[in-house]
Amino acid sequence: MTLDADALDHLAHLARLALTPQERERMAEELVAVFTLLDRLAAVSTDGVEPMAHPLATMQPLRADIVAESDCRDALLALAPAAEAGLYLVPKVIE
Amino acid sequence: MTPLSSLSELLAALAQGKATAQSLVACAHARAKALQPTLNAFISLAEPEQSAAAARRADQRRAHGVEAPLLGIPIAHKDLFVTTDLPTTAASRMLLGYRSPFDATVVERLAAAGAIAIGKTNLDEFAMGSGNEHSFFGPARNPWDPTRVPGGSSGGSAAAVAAAIVPAATGTDTGGSVRQPAAHCGITGLKPTYGRVSRYGIIAYASSLDQAGLFARSAWDIALLLRQIAGHDPRDSTSVDCPVPDYPAILATLPPPRDRPLVGWRIGIVPSFLAADGVQSDILAALEAARRTYEQLGAAIVECTLPAAELAIPAYYIIAPAEASSNLARYDGVRYGHRTERYDDLFAMYCQSRAEGFGWEVKRRILIGTFVLSHGYYDAYYRKAQQVRRLVTDGYRSALEQCDLLLTPVTATTAWPIGAKANPVEEYLADLFTIGPSLAGLPALAHPIGFDAAGLPIGAQIIGRPFDEARLLAAAHIYQQATDWHRALPPLAHL
Repeated sequence: MTLDADALDHLAHLARLALTPQERERMAEELVAVFTLLDRLAAVSTDGVEPMAHPLATMQPLRADIVAESDCRDALLALAPAAEAGLYLVPKVIE
Repeated sequence: MTPLSSLSELLAALAQGKATAQSLVACAHARAKALQPTLNAFISLAEPEQSAAAARRADQRRAHGVEAPLLGIPIAHKDLFVTTDLPTTAASRMLLGYRSPFDATVVERLAAAGAIAIGKTNLDEFAMGSGNEHSFFGPARNPWDPTRVPGGSSGGSAAAVAAAIVPAATGTDTGGSVRQPAAHCGITGLKPTYGRVSRYGIIAYASSLDQAGLFARSAWDIALLLRQIAGHDPRDSTSVDCPVPDYPAILATLPPPRDRPLVGWRIGIVPSFLAADGVQSDILAALEAARRTYEQLGAAIVECTLPAAELAIPAYYIIAPAEASSNLARYDGVRYGHRTERYDDLFAMYCQSRAEGFGWEVKRRILIGTFVLSHGYYDAYYRKAQQVRRLVTDGYRSALEQCDLLLTPVTATTAWPIGAKANPVEEYLADLFTIGPSLAGLPALAHPIGFDAAGLPIGAQIIGRPFDEARLLAAAHIYQQATDWHRALPPLAHL
């Protein structure tokens, strides 16, 4: 795996992470080192192997379709950095 | 200040009227405070009046004949379990000041059993680490040598139990985060089967791997605790609805060591693990001695192969970061958590809030996960890792058809000096023995089996079949009746 400056910028953009120029340099180096480890999988033959997403693929308990939680809107809104009139406040997104 | 005894000793003292919940909670509190500058095991402690009041209520309930299995026992929770009584941080700046409006199911069940939480313990930020070095609050330290790591990610919980601050604590284990600190701190730690214990209210890291776990000073004590927290929870659809055995009752019926209670049991060892690069010779010697002890207790030893085991680390470090990058997308500075003051628009607010809120290791794993899930790389990395996960899992499953339990090291080395792992790959490789059972969702228990030349604890890992925690606990309990390693306390515990 190689990671040039543009590719790292794109990745940081997708991940919604701001990185300073110094951080970018160090992160690129470390990611390349980590991918040297991860790239070991490329040599493994996995033809016909069903991907395993979860250890309990066959079990999925269902619950009765009844309301179990009470209204906790105020408690949840109280955790927000900025909220008003029952709404979360964010910077303006529509001109 | 004398060390607090083990969970079962404390329960006996409470039942016989030789101790009160008030005295135990006060003692736990005082020890936590006194050892905090040395161990940094706690991120938050309950107000002394708050826990004293809870202890008083426990004593009153006991006086009125109320029976609850853990009534009046002081415990601690890894600061990854959300709690209404105490702040929850996940050891991240992102969640400074966060106060959950609800309790995690594990927290709720232990409280219902009468336990009193005196504080929240240190960890690697969002449980990402093997040494507890990646905490916004600074590293937790090992009670056996405070210049060394306690292991991660549940390092604070392990340190608190090892230093006899509390007789038991909760942890979580995604790739070894209970087993490694248990081994490094010389205590017993259990990662139950994926699905055995509710994950509701555990801040998510990698959802197909995360599982609640426990620390205590013996397998017997773990059995008492697991009995309380295991079982289906309607609020976690991955918690499995299957019966929870009465673990303490099962252990109580086992024959004593002199009757060779393990006759008929097959314990598998994995020669390729023992020959792996970089395994400390003291650990190999201690594991060989543990193997002989199990043999003397009646077990037959069989050699097993785990063909794809060495692929577990790269597979894990694709799958776990992928799931983390998705889970941690929720920290956007809108609904809760840190919001930056430096932004012009919504996008900058997201990026800057996350840049300020997350530590370096978390950022690295988010970026790894984002990469392996991104367009053009998904098949080569994420899908490939999921296929390898199946190969690893098949390897463990077929090994566990030839034996009842696997006996392996927990770690390749004993606790390392804080700051000694120079790069991420070196730290990731520390997970060699614990990651396989995590990928396979299997239960695994770490128990102490000796010390290295420097006096640092060594642990063994026993791995069982899905939902066969009873057998793991039974094996470790029998071993602990025949040995004394689990009784050792670090000198620092004698304040």
